[in-house]
Amino acid sequence: MTAMQGVFLFTAGLILWAAFMMVTRQNLVHAAFYLILALFGVSIIFVLLDAGFLAVVQVLVYIGAISIIMIFAVMLTRGDVIEEAPVNKNYGWALLLAALFAFGLIILIGQWPAVASLAGEIDTSRDLAAELGVALVSPEGFVIPFEVASVLLLAALVGALMVARPQKKGK
Amino acid sequence: MSFWSNPILVANEWLTGLLADLLPEAWATLISTIIGVVVVSSFGLILVIFLIWLERKVAARFQDRIGPNRAGPYGLLQTIADIVKLLTKEDSIPEKADKLTFNLAPIVSMIAVLLIWAVIPFAPGWIGTDLNVGVLYIAAVGSFGILSILMAGWASNNKYALLGAFRAVAQLISYEVPMLLTLLVPVLLARSMGMMTVVEMQSTWFIVLAPVAGVIFLVSSIAEVGRTPFDLIEAESEIVAGYHTEYTGMKFGLFFAAEFLHAFTVGVLFAILYLGGWRGPGAEQYPILGVVYLMAKSSIGYFIVMWVRSTLPRIRIDHMLDLNWKVLTPISLALLIATAVLDKLFAETALRVPALLAGNLAVLALSWVLVRIMSRKARRERQVFKKRPEARAVQP
Repeated sequence: MTAMQGVFLFTAGLILWAAFMMVTRQNLVHAAFYLILALFGVSIIFVLLDAGFLAVVQVLVYIGAISIIMIFAVMLTRGDVIEEAPVNKNYGWALLLAALFAFGLIILIGQWPAVASLAGEIDTSRDLAAELGVALVSPEGFVIPFEVASVLLLAALVGALMVARPQKKGK
Repeated sequence: MSFWSNPILVANEWLTGLLADLLPEAWATLISTIIGVVVVSSFGLILVIFLIWLERKVAARFQDRIGPNRAGPYGLLQTIADIVKLLTKEDSIPEKADKLTFNLAPIVSMIAVLLIWAVIPFAPGWIGTDLNVGVLYIAAVGSFGILSILMAGWASNNKYALLGAFRAVAQLISYEVPMLLTLLVPVLLARSMGMMTVVEMQSTWFIVLAPVAGVIFLVSSIAEVGRTPFDLIEAESEIVAGYHTEYTGMKFGLFFAAEFLHAFTVGVLFAILYLGGWRGPGAEQYPILGVVYLMAKSSIGYFIVMWVRSTLPRIRIDHMLDLNWKVLTPISLALLIATAVLDKLFAETALRVPALLAGNLAVLALSWVLVRIMSRKARRERQVFKKRPEARAVQP
């Protein structure tokens, strides 16, 4: 077992443990902290895969954004909800559905030929971040999905502004 | 290369050679990496002891006092005496606090600052790790700082602490926007996100190419540290001590030390991104000079931070948000666009420097005019509001 495999196994265990703790916590804020831990574990996996840019973005977006959501959860809910979130009585069905989907996905991915073959070594001498940047804006790359996503986000922003805007009276 | 011109490289080679004889190669690399981590983080931790002394001395001079002068020559040992005092204090944890989160928060706050030092280029070849996304990494580890404040504020189970944490969300996350945008300006000019490349590309310092962006970076960084005039998150006259109300002894000390180190780190980042980092005469041949240049340049930014802290009163919360969203963010967005267009148009020509400088000044002038027009309009609306009592009833 190489050191890399050791780190991977530890991180994978950490992610699974944190994810399990997250869904089983009664306290909303604790659940959010475990979610942050799980997402941080995912960014470690990205580092192991030599995807530094994705790792950094994972931390930037998820740990930054989840913190805001967590504080909104604290601000917008009553104290007793935070301490003890109501239990959904239908969790048995949800568990069954989730298990079905998970097994379906595992079978589907298992049939995909690329899974069995080992990935080639990544050429770390190339500037992968720069290549990703070029791919996002070049016409041969992903410029249209990228721009569509930007427009969608902008529309969401403007929409939020319109909802929050105070209505002008007497005009 | 002699020891005195490049001690880190020589020491590293000696150590690697020594370890390679004793251990398999993988272990030797691991041990020398761990030693590197310990050296870089100890440097930050030892630095902070003197930074606290320096800041107290400088603040004292601004207020026409002498400052600490009893313990040791010039009061140099004052901070060490304070640390001993903090260590002997009772460690009290509120009964209803969330123990694990409460104890973890000061550690996370210190880690968030120390992580930045991993990508600081001290001199040619002296860098913890030259990530190709270094600048983005700095922004990313900044979110751990926000997280630590939220953890402290929430886990204390204290209303004032939680209020401090709410303010932290409003302030730190808002000021991250102009800070990120002005971080992107040096990235655009250097055509790389690696910290080493950003320094190497500064044959003309970026403060000359993008003065307005540099100032905005410094202002939003001060807000990120949460220092006066942006110390709303721990405003002692309003919310006791904000998020660290319940912390005692060395746990408070960790928050305190993290703030001081972060303030100096802002100076270091300003020096690297806008003042040319370790660049200076002879730094290429004698890397030790590069460290001296970097520290000297960092002191400029750090001195400005201290100067502002001693001069300005605390800003009001609505003014704080207005400054960010109505002034800094639009200007930095405009600057980013102007820099991108002008740098592409005048790339590789002699006009690059004057064009970028002119672009910056034009953006500044334009925003000044816009702010004047908007404030005049707002004043007129306020006067109308005063004259018409029925208008008052409609307002929320």
